Amino acid sequence: MKYLPVSNADRAEMLAAIGVSSVDQLFASIPPSVRQDPKLPPPLSEIEIRRLFGNLAKKNANARETAFFLGAGLYHHYTSAIADQMLYRSEWLTSYTPYQPEVSQGTLQSIFEFQTHVCLLTGQDVANASLYEGASALVEALLMAERLSRGRTRAVLSQAIHPEYRETVRTYFANLALDVVEVPVGPDGATDRRALAAAVDEKTFAVAVQSPNFYGIVEDWGAASAAAHAKGALGIAVVAEAASLALLAPPGEKGIDIACGEAQSLGVPMHNGGPILGFLACRTAHERQIPGRLVGQTHDAEGRRAFCLTLSTREQHIRREKATSNICTNQGLMALAANIHMSLLGKHGLREVAKQSHAKAEYLKGRISALPAYRLPYPGPTFNEFLVEGPRAAAPMIRDLAGRGILAGVPLSRFGAGPANRFLVAVTEMNTREEMDRLVSALSEIGRER
Amino acid sequence: MSLEVEEKRPLPGDPLHPEPRHEPLVFELSGEGKVGYSLPPLDVPDVTAIPRELLRPEIAGETEVTEVEVARHFTRLSRLNFSIDQGLYPLGSCTMKHNPRINEEMARLPGFAAVHPLAPEEVSQGTLELAWLLEKALIELTGLSRVTLQPSAGAQGELAGILMVRAALAKEGNPRKIVLIPDSAHGTNPASAHFAGYTVRELKSNARGTLDLDVLEKAMTEEVAALMLTAPNTLGIFEDRILEIAEIVHGKGGYLYCDGANFNSFVGIAKPGLMGIDVIHMNLHKTFSTPHGGGGPGSGPVAVCERLVPYLPRPVIERRPDGTYGLDFERPDSIGRLRTFLGNYGMFVRALAYIASYGNRIGEVAQGAVLNANYIRAGLADLYHLKYDAPTLHEIVFSDKNQAEHGVHNGDIGKRLMDYGFHPPTISFPLIVHGALMIEPTETEGRASLDAFIHAMREIAREVEEDPQIVLKAPHTTPVRRVDEVAAARNLVLRWKPGS
Repeated sequence: MKYLPVSNADRAEMLAAIGVSSVDQLFASIPPSVRQDPKLPPPLSEIEIRRLFGNLAKKNANARETAFFLGAGLYHHYTSAIADQMLYRSEWLTSYTPYQPEVSQGTLQSIFEFQTHVCLLTGQDVANASLYEGASALVEALLMAERLSRGRTRAVLSQAIHPEYRETVRTYFANLALDVVEVPVGPDGATDRRALAAAVDEKTFAVAVQSPNFYGIVEDWGAASAAAHAKGALGIAVVAEAASLALLAPPGEKGIDIACGEAQSLGVPMHNGGPILGFLACRTAHERQIPGRLVGQTHDAEGRRAFCLTLSTREQHIRREKATSNICTNQGLMALAANIHMSLLGKHGLREVAKQSHAKAEYLKGRISALPAYRLPYPGPTFNEFLVEGPRAAAPMIRDLAGRGILAGVPLSRFGAGPANRFLVAVTEMNTREEMDRLVSALSEIGRER
Repeated sequence: MSLEVEEKRPLPGDPLHPEPRHEPLVFELSGEGKVGYSLPPLDVPDVTAIPRELLRPEIAGETEVTEVEVARHFTRLSRLNFSIDQGLYPLGSCTMKHNPRINEEMARLPGFAAVHPLAPEEVSQGTLELAWLLEKALIELTGLSRVTLQPSAGAQGELAGILMVRAALAKEGNPRKIVLIPDSAHGTNPASAHFAGYTVRELKSNARGTLDLDVLEKAMTEEVAALMLTAPNTLGIFEDRILEIAEIVHGKGGYLYCDGANFNSFVGIAKPGLMGIDVIHMNLHKTFSTPHGGGGPGSGPVAVCERLVPYLPRPVIERRPDGTYGLDFERPDSIGRLRTFLGNYGMFVRALAYIASYGNRIGEVAQGAVLNANYIRAGLADLYHLKYDAPTLHEIVFSDKNQAEHGVHNGDIGKRLMDYGFHPPTISFPLIVHGALMIEPTETEGRASLDAFIHAMREIAREVEEDPQIVLKAPHTTPVRRVDEVAAARNLVLRWKPGS
């Protein structure tokens, strides 16, 4: 076995040094009745693994070989060749959490840079080292707000937050004596402002709104933070398409207290939904309640700048059941990928990606809405994703189009979140005008078939 | 801040390739007019159809750097890290083993890396089948009934497991109030139980370092939902009375939860399902070698017994009678979702490739890990104090008791190991061993590296007696000297600021 470097002769000598005659003797503490050989196939060589996995991979429609318009919280943006090649370096790939700063300055400095990028994009003061993904990042943001509120028990969530985020919140809140109130969207597709203000009371610890929201509509963070602050609650911004942060007003400048969500769009491939990249950023005043890992700047014994994990007294390995969160692992390698991506694109590239994605989406939105059998249910402004109402059930229609090399969108029926003939269409800088025209022709054809 | 230029002239006798010691922040490399990306020209009209008040100005402070500088920056930074590929990384409980590169390549196939989980099932059959195959393999290895792959990491797996226990008990009429956790457990266990709405009661270990059955019997009432047991525990000791433990827990209607962080020590040898374990989470980044990546991503699948199947997180992957695969969302008793999409899918690809490469010989992983750990134990037990001397499996926890007499503590020994070319062990965990040095070599070390590690630890023990200052002031050879962690927490600087 090529991953086991002990030779037969070494094994014999090692057993002698230990003072046993066989490896089996070392397992004496495991009762014989619970032992059993696994019924698995014989070992596969690399050639056979390539064959097996290659065949499985071929059965999936991938974004490089299709006209691709899927989004709903996971987006097909470009990642530079150098980013993934950098992730292959052993020093990044095969190291662990930088508990020992003297031999982990690379990872620590990269996280510090990642934290900075997140702050610059969100307009917040501080950010953590990353979280699993967007939905659990929202949970962590809500729990953080709850701790800061000291005794309040209600969270107010916009119904236009990604349905899987809201379901995750319900799972986590089920046993914590906290309740969730959901506020519907108004006719323009944005969270209903009056309903939002009315839902917030003295028991509310946080108001969370997503922008662009699940339907693609750009919301005004200011409305969420004003509704929250009116009753002494915190305003939480949820971002599921982080490329938008380079074009839209940053939450930190619209009164938002905690910004959280999914940063996959900033340099992480789709990976069929994971690993992706949760983030959380907040104001300085609340930094000691941030969940997850944090890297801080300090100095070494000779006075040189150095970095280390900090505020670990908030964490579970010390605080146990009193910890701010149960999370231990973060998304280290994905945060590195995002740091590389954001560094390469920087001030102008991040903005250009956002502007191109938006302009292309506007083009496609205009063409689809001009088709007789299609309409846009919500008139509000959108960034790079929009909701379409078609002439028939969206799921089978999208399935048919997939057979023709077009992944046209995500049907709302997938989430049980609306009429069966509605679907979300997402556009990024990766989509060409030719692909969009192809989608429009195909939709038009289906419209005429009625 | 500008790049600090080494003032010292290189001289004969200097190290041939001095390691980098200081690298500016990427923001400090920025300069107006430098570009690190290229995009095609926009092929549609350039419009911005969003009201001005919802837009932002340019991102002040963001970088302007070239690809060349990014390549050098991240290459130089990487060289400041220690990694498994450089040598033994005995970070106990973290299972730092070799990460096979074929697994990396498979995870990057466009059919896995460039696909979307919300694509129609008809064009996602390969991704679903792969997840199904991994589930099947984990079911076979655990001897349990079903698996959820959704949890993002071990701690989320723990939460999922305890939430399922809670849902099952609630369905029977009483979710109960308490979760029992031995004092040797990982800190995530009590934190997870707390987030599932339980009160934690800690069980004191006995003089052998294992669970005291009398203590358990007294604590195990009908108010107790579950015992969260780590097997083998964080001392590397397997609870040899596991069957009696299961009987006590089940006798009062509770569930036996196993923290499977240490599954690598008996994978392919014994099955949790046969031990009376009802639910176990596994860490794909430990037992199944997916890379740790500087702190994640992890993946924490959970295997459950038949009684807990209805409560699995949604959706569940199903194989239909016609041989196709699909997702089942119609799970009325499910605890719900723990995150978006299907989980850290890229880790599933790697873990399945790893399992496939061992196949029915996967028990050799555990045999190798246990052999290596016991070899280190035998090589050091005369110099380093062993609080519990019960037989151990894949890791060994020494204490600094002998060295503390000379004023040298576990943290210092860890720092000095860096000078010898090793990553330190896990320091000060588990909490029940004062001054703990938790060493886990894994199966992917050969005799030479184990001998070198043992030699280094023995040299350090000698230094502690003869020249403790050299250990107390360690490390001496690392890119930075000892880092002031107290100052970092006192004066929090968590980001770079424009103009600083």
